[in-house]
Amino acid sequence: MSDEQKLPLKKVLLICAKGSIEDVYASLVMANGAVMEGIETKVFFTFFGLDAITKKRMNNLHTSTVGNPAMRMPGGVPFPTWLGGVPGIESAVSAMMRKQMEELDIPPVDEFLEMIEAGGGEIYACKLAIDMFKMKKEDLYDGVKDIITIGQFYEMADGSQTQIIFT
Amino acid sequence: MAEKTYAGVAVSVDDEGYMTDPSQWTKEIATEIAKEEGIDITDKHFAVLDFIREKVASGAVLTIRSIGKSGTTDIKGFYQLFPGAPLKKATKIAGVAKPSSCI
Repeated sequence: MSDEQKLPLKKVLLICAKGSIEDVYASLVMANGAVMEGIETKVFFTFFGLDAITKKRMNNLHTSTVGNPAMRMPGGVPFPTWLGGVPGIESAVSAMMRKQMEELDIPPVDEFLEMIEAGGGEIYACKLAIDMFKMKKEDLYDGVKDIITIGQFYEMADGSQTQIIFT
Repeated sequence: MAEKTYAGVAVSVDDEGYMTDPSQWTKEIATEIAKEEGIDITDKHFAVLDFIREKVASGAVLTIRSIGKSGTTDIKGFYQLFPGAPLKKATKIAGVAKPSSCI
């Protein structure tokens, strides 16, 4: 309806709780996409999602080659589950996936986070998960703005036209 | 197809105001589109616009990342030059199509 008032998004809060390539990149693409549109953006990394902001792990994320019915071999042939469990296969498939992303100009995780920050986006780590994994601030990527509780994160959703997205 | 007059020249634009014929583009037109977007254009802006026009003319996909690596500005600078939605604004001022890139 033409007389309906449109209320575009003003703020997006993303929660990334998983550490596989596809889950982390879903969050990063949505976060960067929001920043590009001029939408205020904050990303909260928790549980295995912390891998995406852990210095040692962030640029070497993996995808799971077992238990993923959508996994295909080059050419579209279904990927046998037994093959996914063979040592080295998961690493090789993950490396191939990262290489294909690079060809599309999709940056590695650290550079992607820098792009989000350059546009004013903010990166947070979950306090509970940090405590649980016995991690320290020094283990985290330098661009992490703060280690906060989920309550503090919710407090940031303090306006109309705000959405919280969980991936 | 709509038409819009910038700097005394009628240029063809699409529904969202993006120029549909990059060859009609001039610096004067860019200056006026920029004004509409609330930007006072400088040589720094023009350096980025030139890069965008070359990149698009070559048929390559335009991404914020490629602009950050273009040597004309870094990504932070790009956001400062074209505040808000930089890729959309910059392409509009550069007289090229609205970008279809997610990054």
